[in-house]
Amino acid sequence: WQWLLVTMLSVCVHFPGLTESVIAAACSRVGQSVLHLDRRNYYAGNWASFTFNGLLSWIEEYKQKVQITESEQVWRSLIDEGEDVVPLSSVDSSISNLEVFCYARLALILLTTNTEHEVSEPEEEQHTSDISEPSQSQEEKDSQPISSPADPPVEVEKKITYQKLVKEGRRFNIDLVSKLMYSRGALVDLLIKSNVSRYAEFKNIGHILTCRNGKVEQVPCSRADVFASKQLTVVEKRMLMKFLTFCLDFEQHPEEYQDYTEKPFREFLKNKKLTENLQDFVLHSIAMVTQQTLTEEGLKATQHFLRCLGRYGNTPFLFPLYGLGEIPQCFCRMCAVFGGIYCLRHSVQCLVVDKASNKVKAVIDTRGQKISCSHFVVEDSYIRDEQRQSTAYRQISRAVLITDRSVLPSESDQQISLVTIPPLESSAPAVRMVELCSSSMTCMPGTYLVHLTCSSSGTAQEDLAPVVSELFHVSTIPGEEPSEVLWVMYFNMRDTSALDSSSYSLPSNVHVCTGPDGSLGSDCSIKLAESVFHHILPDEEFCPPAPNPEDIIYDGDGPQAEGPGFDESVNTEAEEEESNQE
Amino acid sequence: MHGRVKVKSTAQQEEEKRKEREKKLKAFVSARDAVLRKRSAGEHDEEALQLTQQLLSSNPDFATLWNYRREVLLQLETSREKDEVQKLYESELHFIEACLKVNPKSYGCWHHRSWVNTRLPQPDWTRELGLCDRCLSLDERNFHCWDYRRVVVKESGVSVEQELQFTDRLIGSNFSNYSSWHYRSTLLPQLHPQPAPDSASNTSPSPTASPQIHSHRVCEEQLLKEYELAHNAFFTDPNDQSAWFYYRWLLGRAEREEMISCVYVSRERERVSVAFSKPVHAQSEGLMLVLDGQPQQVEWRSTHPRLRHSPVWLCDLPPGSVSDISNEHNLTVHWTEKYTHRDCALYTGCAESWCRDSATDQELFRSELSVEKSSVLQAELQSCNQLLELEPQNKWCLLTIILLMRALDPLGHEKETLAHFQTLKEVDPMRSSYYSDLCSKFLIENTILKMEYAEVRVFSLSNKNLTTLCHLDQLLLVTHINLSSNQLLRLPPQFAMLQCLEVLEADDNAIESLEGLYHLPKLEEVSLRNNRILFAIQSKCFIRNPFSAFRASAWFDLVSRSQYSSLINSYRLCRIMEGQQI
Repeated sequence: WQWLLVTMLSVCVHFPGLTESVIAAACSRVGQSVLHLDRRNYYAGNWASFTFNGLLSWIEEYKQKVQITESEQVWRSLIDEGEDVVPLSSVDSSISNLEVFCYARLALILLTTNTEHEVSEPEEEQHTSDISEPSQSQEEKDSQPISSPADPPVEVEKKITYQKLVKEGRRFNIDLVSKLMYSRGALVDLLIKSNVSRYAEFKNIGHILTCRNGKVEQVPCSRADVFASKQLTVVEKRMLMKFLTFCLDFEQHPEEYQDYTEKPFREFLKNKKLTENLQDFVLHSIAMVTQQTLTEEGLKATQHFLRCLGRYGNTPFLFPLYGLGEIPQCFCRMCAVFGGIYCLRHSVQCLVVDKASNKVKAVIDTRGQKISCSHFVVEDSYIRDEQRQSTAYRQISRAVLITDRSVLPSESDQQISLVTIPPLESSAPAVRMVELCSSSMTCMPGTYLVHLTCSSSGTAQEDLAPVVSELFHVSTIPGEEPSEVLWVMYFNMRDTSALDSSSYSLPSNVHVCTGPDGSLGSDCSIKLAESVFHHILPDEEFCPPAPNPEDIIYDGDGPQAEGPGFDESVNTEAEEEESNQE
Repeated sequence: MHGRVKVKSTAQQEEEKRKEREKKLKAFVSARDAVLRKRSAGEHDEEALQLTQQLLSSNPDFATLWNYRREVLLQLETSREKDEVQKLYESELHFIEACLKVNPKSYGCWHHRSWVNTRLPQPDWTRELGLCDRCLSLDERNFHCWDYRRVVVKESGVSVEQELQFTDRLIGSNFSNYSSWHYRSTLLPQLHPQPAPDSASNTSPSPTASPQIHSHRVCEEQLLKEYELAHNAFFTDPNDQSAWFYYRWLLGRAEREEMISCVYVSRERERVSVAFSKPVHAQSEGLMLVLDGQPQQVEWRSTHPRLRHSPVWLCDLPPGSVSDISNEHNLTVHWTEKYTHRDCALYTGCAESWCRDSATDQELFRSELSVEKSSVLQAELQSCNQLLELEPQNKWCLLTIILLMRALDPLGHEKETLAHFQTLKEVDPMRSSYYSDLCSKFLIENTILKMEYAEVRVFSLSNKNLTTLCHLDQLLLVTHINLSSNQLLRLPPQFAMLQCLEVLEADDNAIESLEGLYHLPKLEEVSLRNNRILFAIQSKCFIRNPFSAFRASAWFDLVSRSQYSSLINSYRLCRIMEGQQI
């Protein structure tokens, strides 16, 4: 581990989520030396994507919650005179209320129409127990005969079994956070500006849907949608288009809304003579705000949505292939290209603070090594309660479903859909659902990966299970027709996005990044990254475009260097280091 | 090694680019010279193909090279086996595809592609259709590709339904697309032809069986669907003209039957005037005049020497043939080209006689809008009025409403129509003259209808802001015309069609030119007070000879006394004057 002897670091980034990765990439890009440490064995923290099997181990890990015993002695000796220690939390408590249910059959069975006994066979097992069970029962069931071969299969329906999910688990990329990228949002702009976009591929969201009265329908949001919409009358079409056109440059017509600046957006919509129908569309599916949101904020949200239309197709959103977890990794990659060093399963135990200046001067890692640094960037979950001024968390309720059919069967089954589900009572939160198809490289062919998100009012299961059962057929009695939902996971994630630097009592060169927020876009994280960057390096440009590989001059080599691309070579180096480290 | 990244400077990059360009140019020029040398030497070999390929792939618009390539290919074709020829042309298609990527709007490429497909022993039309789809999805208005698509569709026998679905798709993704709407308008009559009115009971729905005149019409059921589609488009975006044009097409354009609409015979002048339903060139239309059973050798001339094509034609009968007032004569005009004729009887004691159909609005002026049933038009008018309520300033809507009103009941809607024209001129001042002319046309049509209903030969249209005169062929029999207090600029050559005109009042206009006035045989009284004639001639005179001004104004004093003979005299005087001036 020679490289760790390079202890004069500019920036040490701990737990690289999206914000942290962007800061790291930006710092590294302008020549700062950056070290990433992460106690986990995967990138991106709560922004991570998992294969199905990876997710199962993540669940396992959550359940076990191994408490790492802290050995104070190790670092005590490293503290000099005039130095103070700020210990970091070693337990991540940002995930809670995790529940898993499996509805997939445990083996492939042949469904025959003429035999009753087969249908009643207990092969279709419903798991309402905890996560550790599927693997156990899987073994049990495997040993059983699959079905009696004597029965002539009249009609064969192949359902995806739990074994199949596990076998094809590699094909899944299940994100812990569910977000889309606004085509003109801060994240897309940053990806373009910094040239990081070259590390990823993207797919357009195909459908913007909503669910009203238990029926899934298309939200007319672009000109083409409004034109094609079958649910709207022609007059509604006109009113909607008129309103949307107004929103595009609403600032130019203050007389239209100034009486409503203090009133909810909903009232303004009513005043604009939009029908109930249209009000719902605009409020929940276009602006995606709540009943209480004020007019100006609603108009801004609508405008943002509309401005994103048409840049990359008829909807305002993009999704990164292989999942959202790709994005932090892309920034990590850029960071590595410019010299950033990565170290997984390696954590910082405590910060060493210079008493005189009240600044962090070094960190001590879990192996008792003292690493000097001039700035320390850390995710909120590493901060112990002693360092907090306020603990006003919110929670996000999340559900991840694997289903075998789309909520909106359409001519093309390879579409990503965004479904907004307005709350049934006005106090309840609106639920946002993203259905990913297999061509988004996040699930195996024949399945859909469905993410549900809302701000919590109870546990994730309490919040989201009603929506799941409204939108999907979930079998409750074994022997009934097969379930559309194969597998469900509910969990709550802490939403610390409301916190800022005043919420912590920490040295000024410790920069706390909040975790993923509940909104659909990632603007909040990117803005935070930019502000932290400017705090660290006030005179540097934030993520200037990275040069093209062909413009890079290699040492002792002509401009047209042969051999593997620059990126690749760096990548393998980085990987080597990771394995060295083991 | 994670070193610092060295990047080329912009100056370095520029220099590299410049060198690159220079190299390219040199290569291009030498290859071009080589190709032209080969061509003039009459060499048709593989090498020629290679050289032209190099050149065309960087500049696909070099038409000479495509020609040369065709020469070479034709030559090579003669010496090859069939499957080799197939290979040869297939590789040619691949090459063209590469060229189209360089310039998707290259005339040369598309033309060459059509040609190659005619030479290909086994053309793969499905592939070609796929190519069109791809090109049109990239640029839905690439007319080269639309043209090519039509060729492909024709050659490969793609069904009309499929093509209609294709337009559905394109219109669905962006309805601002004339090309798709237009394509649709050519497909619909093929797929859903309007059943011929008489052959409906004939049980032969073949479109070829229906008479020519109905072939561009669409059956009602489909038409209603199309109206809905157009509504959706113009309610979504009323300022998009493509849908409005399509809508106008749907509402239809009745074609007037080709016929002789009126035959007029004057005993005193021994002259026959014939009016046709559309402008014709009588000398070449096979007109035949039969007087009392005897074909007559007559010379047809139009009413004004400047009119080559005219709806009104004259001929003089042999002297003395009808002059005896005590004789009765039967006259028939045959239009042999169109297998039609009209009889006219000149009774004893009559100085003149005519024969014509009493005109109705349906027959005369349905040239703008539909032959649809009035219930359908009424429904359409309602829809448009609904839109107008929402968009009172929309010119397309206003104009369409005017046209619908005219199609339904021109006299009953006159007042509303005029009000709409007023609004149109205000909201679209750039085209106010167009609207004025259109309005004049409609007013004239209305006045003609009123005249027809009243069965009089007096045409009075004063103080109506007329800016132009039209439908003058309908006024063949009019004896008195009052056009006072309008904004007419001239009496055009067509004015000479008023062969029976005796009294003309056109005071208080802005008439500068009297071209149409000189060929009116029966004119007795003219009143042209307060017009621009004076101004026009005077200014001319002043420029040429300041002393003639007095005489010019003297002439117009005479005119203002409404003495026709004086006019003729002064006209001569004026001519003499002009001669002197020059």
